[in-house]
Amino acid sequence: MTATMASPAAVDVDHLAALESEAVHIIREVIAEFDRPVLLFSGGKDSAVLLHLARRAMHPAPLPVPLLHVDTGHNFPEVIAYRDQLVSDLGLRLHVAAVQDWIDDGRLTERPDGTRNPLQTVPLLDTIAEHRFDAVFGGARRDEDRARAKERIVSLRDAFGGWDPRRQRPELWNLYNGRHAVGEHARIFPLSNWTELDVWTYVARREVPVPSIYFAHEREVFARDGMWLTAGEWGGPRNGEQVVTKSVRYRTVGDASCTGAVESSAVTIDEVLAELATSRITERGATRADDRLSEAAMEDRKREGYF
Amino acid sequence: MADLTPRPGKQVSEPMPRPCKQVSGLLRLTTAGSVDDGKSTLVGRLLHDTQSILADQLAAVDRATRARGGSQLDLALFTDGLRAEREQGITIDVAYRYFATPTRKFILADCPGHVQYTRNTVTGASTAELAVVLVDARNGVVEQTRRHLAVMAFLRVPHVVLAVNKMDLVGFAEPTFRGIESQFTAAASALGMPEMVSVPISALHGDNVVTRSESTPWYHGPTLLEHLETVPIGREAVAEPMRFPVQLVLRPRTADYPDYRGLAGQVASGVLERGDEVVALPSGARSTVTGIDTPDGPVLQAAAGQSVTVLLGDEIDAGRGEVLARPEQTPRVVTELDADLCWLSEQPLRPGARVLIKHGTRTVGAIVAALTGRLDLDTLRHREPPAMLQLNEIGGAHIRLAGLLAVDSYASNRHTGGFLVIDTANGNTLAAGLVTAA
Repeated sequence: MTATMASPAAVDVDHLAALESEAVHIIREVIAEFDRPVLLFSGGKDSAVLLHLARRAMHPAPLPVPLLHVDTGHNFPEVIAYRDQLVSDLGLRLHVAAVQDWIDDGRLTERPDGTRNPLQTVPLLDTIAEHRFDAVFGGARRDEDRARAKERIVSLRDAFGGWDPRRQRPELWNLYNGRHAVGEHARIFPLSNWTELDVWTYVARREVPVPSIYFAHEREVFARDGMWLTAGEWGGPRNGEQVVTKSVRYRTVGDASCTGAVESSAVTIDEVLAELATSRITERGATRADDRLSEAAMEDRKREGYF
Repeated sequence: MADLTPRPGKQVSEPMPRPCKQVSGLLRLTTAGSVDDGKSTLVGRLLHDTQSILADQLAAVDRATRARGGSQLDLALFTDGLRAEREQGITIDVAYRYFATPTRKFILADCPGHVQYTRNTVTGASTAELAVVLVDARNGVVEQTRRHLAVMAFLRVPHVVLAVNKMDLVGFAEPTFRGIESQFTAAASALGMPEMVSVPISALHGDNVVTRSESTPWYHGPTLLEHLETVPIGREAVAEPMRFPVQLVLRPRTADYPDYRGLAGQVASGVLERGDEVVALPSGARSTVTGIDTPDGPVLQAAAGQSVTVLLGDEIDAGRGEVLARPEQTPRVVTELDADLCWLSEQPLRPGARVLIKHGTRTVGAIVAALTGRLDLDTLRHREPPAMLQLNEIGGAHIRLAGLLAVDSYASNRHTGGFLVIDTANGNTLAAGLVTAA
């Protein structure tokens, strides 16, 4: 047998490579052990990276997991176009759970403030139950929020989709225990150990396609709660709110009525990375009105079955 | 006991797996300390002083501090995430924190200090390559410290750092620090742990955490962060015998890959190379590694931690649950084993219990045939067998398996010597198991 010398790249111990290998390992464990996995796909950068990792995990075999988009109806058209293009290019199966359908038939009621982010939970849980999905991949990261910091990588949900932080299973070594009763499911978070900067560095390294609104563009916006919201048919502007045109980009992609843009001139990934390196505000703090409701806003939503 | 004698390696003409020269860019660490040792404050300090806390988080903590009637920024509030934790001023669950410096990224498993939450410490320590054990300078080494140290020794965390905190409250006195250091070192060497680094700190004021303190001119060692940035890690796993647990078989059956059959998995330890003779265990089938695939193309080798796909020369029956190893350095294929169990469930373990064991990518039924001892965490020695094993206790057990497992002793391989004990009825994780002899 001929000895093969190490090429430096073969023993790649750079932290992003370690995170990538960890995520691929998690995804393969879940695809091997669960019967009906599904991947939550919002069109945001985290779900784009998650999808990319899932495809890598199964390469060269096709991804045997459908996508699920919980659609608030308050979409950025660029994100929907990106989603549809990607699904078609990759030949993937996409389920859409539209919040509007639940409102139309009375299972949900529109909130007075018009925000639909909290309304996503019911369509999500109904769709999981309808298709009997037993493993639900999500792109949530522990660095996003302090309730998420206590989340497991494989996290059990009861029959009502609820998360009980005091009943979490200990997660030892890299052995994941996804055993569950009929009607329960597990949420799977392969990006648990990634930060926003890791995600962007990875997008740059692997050339993962992301929607155009992550890069600076001219947009009609108005100021509310210290954020730039997009002017549109939902939520604004209201009386006294001035619409102005600004060069902005989005740091997160969510319900368009409560996801804020940041002023930016970053039109390339390198410029986005440079901007993040000097940013002094977290992505949720900068862009999500719904997380400012209380100290425990995310914990409360998670307990009810939110992403 | 496990056979720890070195086995003959490969032929002399072949290179041994190289020690990894690069310093790993990712360090997983954990913290341990008693209640009020200032652990949350230390974690908050590390995050704050590495600029990992951003303005809006700072403002939120500032608001919360004031709401609780405080004046100085309460760094602990960065890490207490759940409503009950903030209300009761305690930490319930392991929280993961992230910070980075230009040289490394750190994943910190922040574990609660309460004695009843030993299971969280075990959880955090299972993946940690380094543990920071906190001691209050006023109290010195206490029973809790010994227990935490023993857990780190038990789980073979490769590096332990002693952080003597609240040095400001003892006037930064060197004799106090040296006294605790020698107490701690004595306790650690009694547990068979290697020499360790001790740092005098004040997490509250930041002394020697990230920035060097002017109050400890007698201390010439690294700051805590300097040590975290430079400690060599990742070498142990690469130097161990090669283990590749197969996660799943990839068979695309597409036009481009009609006959492709690849074994997907993550190298658990050692280095896998193209051309290696391998044996799949427990089945015992032999083959040759004809290729190592990644989505970016083939590679010549893959080291511990890398997720790859292995192509074999023969169509052998090696699916999920098999472990690839070199024929001269194999794990043991067993139908029974001795193990230490760290019991994590409220419901105690009684001899005769039927359980599931999840080891690597294989899960088998098992019976805990006998409890063989209870581990004394002060000495890491086994005492007389208990009638049952209670929450947070560690005990020796003899386990009979319903199927074959290919195991290493935990002492020789942290990655293939550990397993989960799972409740057959409700699926809960009951225990962390460490193979002692097979």
